[in-house]
Amino acid sequence: MSIELLNFIETVLNGLMSGVMYSLVALGFVLIFKASGVFNFAQGVFALFAALTLVGYQTGQVPFAHLINELFGTNYHNWYASMPNFFAILLTMVTMIALAWIIERLVLKHLVNQDPIILFMATIGLAFALEGVGDLMWGSDVKVLDVGIPSGGSIWLEEATIGLAAEGSDYYGMYVDVLNIWATVIAVILVVSLALFSQYTKTGRALRAVADDHQAALSVGISLRSIWILVWAISGFIAMVAGIMWGTESGVQFSLSLIALKALPVLILGGFTSIPGAIIGGLMIGVGEKLAEIYIGGYFETGAIENWFAYVMALVFLLFRPQGLFGDKIIERV
Amino acid sequence: MIYKETGQYKSSYKSDHAIFPLLQDKIAFSTLMFIAFLIIPFVINSYWEKAILVPFLIFSLAAIGLNILTGYCGQVSLGTGGFMAVGAFSTYKIMTYFPDMNIMIIILISGLITAAVGIIFGLPSLRIKGFYLAVATLASQFFLVWLFNKVPWFYNYSDTGQITVSERTMFGVPVTGAEAPSYATYLFCLVLVVVLSFAAKNLIRSKMGRSWMAIRDMDIAAEIIGVPPLKTKLSAFAISSFYIGVAGALYFAVFLGAIEVTESFDIMTISFPVLFMIIIGGLGSMLGSFLGAAFVVTLPIGLKFLMVDMVGLSAVTAKHFEITIWGLLMIIFLIVEPHGLARLWSIAKEKLRRWPFPY
Repeated sequence: MSIELLNFIETVLNGLMSGVMYSLVALGFVLIFKASGVFNFAQGVFALFAALTLVGYQTGQVPFAHLINELFGTNYHNWYASMPNFFAILLTMVTMIALAWIIERLVLKHLVNQDPIILFMATIGLAFALEGVGDLMWGSDVKVLDVGIPSGGSIWLEEATIGLAAEGSDYYGMYVDVLNIWATVIAVILVVSLALFSQYTKTGRALRAVADDHQAALSVGISLRSIWILVWAISGFIAMVAGIMWGTESGVQFSLSLIALKALPVLILGGFTSIPGAIIGGLMIGVGEKLAEIYIGGYFETGAIENWFAYVMALVFLLFRPQGLFGDKIIERV
Repeated sequence: MIYKETGQYKSSYKSDHAIFPLLQDKIAFSTLMFIAFLIIPFVINSYWEKAILVPFLIFSLAAIGLNILTGYCGQVSLGTGGFMAVGAFSTYKIMTYFPDMNIMIIILISGLITAAVGIIFGLPSLRIKGFYLAVATLASQFFLVWLFNKVPWFYNYSDTGQITVSERTMFGVPVTGAEAPSYATYLFCLVLVVVLSFAAKNLIRSKMGRSWMAIRDMDIAAEIIGVPPLKTKLSAFAISSFYIGVAGALYFAVFLGAIEVTESFDIMTISFPVLFMIIIGGLGSMLGSFLGAAFVVTLPIGLKFLMVDMVGLSAVTAKHFEITIWGLLMIIFLIVEPHGLARLWSIAKEKLRRWPFPY
């Protein structure tokens, strides 16, 4: 094989991997949108908040330490030195579920039957509030998150591919981050278990019923509110997974919440209402972005086109399919 | 009793079509204009100019622009920051190429350029709607900011990537640059805001404004009764972008003086705050644009005063608190009064009309 072809394969592979990361965020959006019709802009901040909380539990930080110290002149910092990963993750999950409950109680309950745009704005408010609370609770410095997922280049793949190139050429093998491989595995497990859950359990069926038709679901005795709490908790959980992955890769800091903006083109590409859409859309955006960066980005002397390329790509798709690749067909009547 | 309508007869079409048909409104408006034009310029100081009045005027212009698009025509846009950047950079480029041109003309031309850009980015609205469109407008935000950040021609190949305004005068008094006196920048913005808001108010009452509202309420029905969607949507995009572009030009030339595009026109510093303004103020309301802008501009100042000066928190913690309170306030606002401050004002008017009787 020629080096160009191998490089191409490597790019596609890396694109697929980063696409999985986008899909993870997009998945949380789709779940909430399907079940409650809310376009949850706070999904990215969810991931940030979950990652912050996880680090906080791991290192035993005192919540609101800065605030307490400033108000009362005390000097609290840590409760304990460290906590095993398993318990920290478990506690974070509990926190995310509690958060879902609080959001349903304080926000969603009062906004039933409002325009979608009002709900959307409310989630922007939620994003701000949650970001502020996260910073107040755990401090805004950049934190290192390590839950024991290995990272760095995969040596195995490098050695396996080095022989593929022609003899005597300067080829050093493919570079793929092990973290991304783990992310892919975890994402696959997550999606399969979600699919099984919604297909074979009673709650899962109720979930699908609500996604299909709110009123019909209500009329057969499904409690909308408990389903909403459940859905928000599940996307809180997905946000936690996404937060762990992205946090391990680039540290836990404010920019983590901006992955929501990365996931939006994935959503419009795949359609707001389709779980397979979120995954395939994520993969397409991931691959497209990486290919564009290498093959088109060179023509702009400045590079860094990946900020907007995904959006333009999604836009082009939208011109042909306004509801996204897998979205519900838009039927309009007067 | 205070806000009494009875006895005010409209005996001609002209009085029926007046912008302020009631005497009370006329008096209130004239008083406001009197204070704004003849009292504030004499008492204004640099703090009031830089912290409150000029940002308020500029953001109300941006809010009017976005309100035309989102509130009146129903097309949600998250690209305000990008369009304001277009206005700012057009001003900068025109200033460097035509050093003798009057600043007022430069700013209006920048608005026109932004309008043209707005039409291009409005094209997808013909195919896609709702949230899909909102996300699509984000494309314009990211693309435009990237363009101004990465293509050196736009910032004249300066090393820092910053653009800096040079001094321009109006009737011999500098209105841009570091030397401009407070009253001059304030009056310059005020004149533009007053003229442009009258224009907007009248546009909204014209055929064009009515077709925007028809499209907003139901686009298919509007199309069937003969409102052309292409022309209507694109005109809304163009006019809205014109206002936003003028706001961006003022933001750069008069208010900040020197900007760095990724910082000053970020989605978090411009696009979302302007969207809050029109939602907190009231979608589809001119008054709402002003109330929302006033609220958004003054709230951080008030919060900062309360937390840093009164309670004694450090600036960082206060900033976090501010973000939290922001978010909570938005949610509370949406729950309590989704139609915004303008709706509260109309409730208040209703109460004043009947006062002191309960009904």
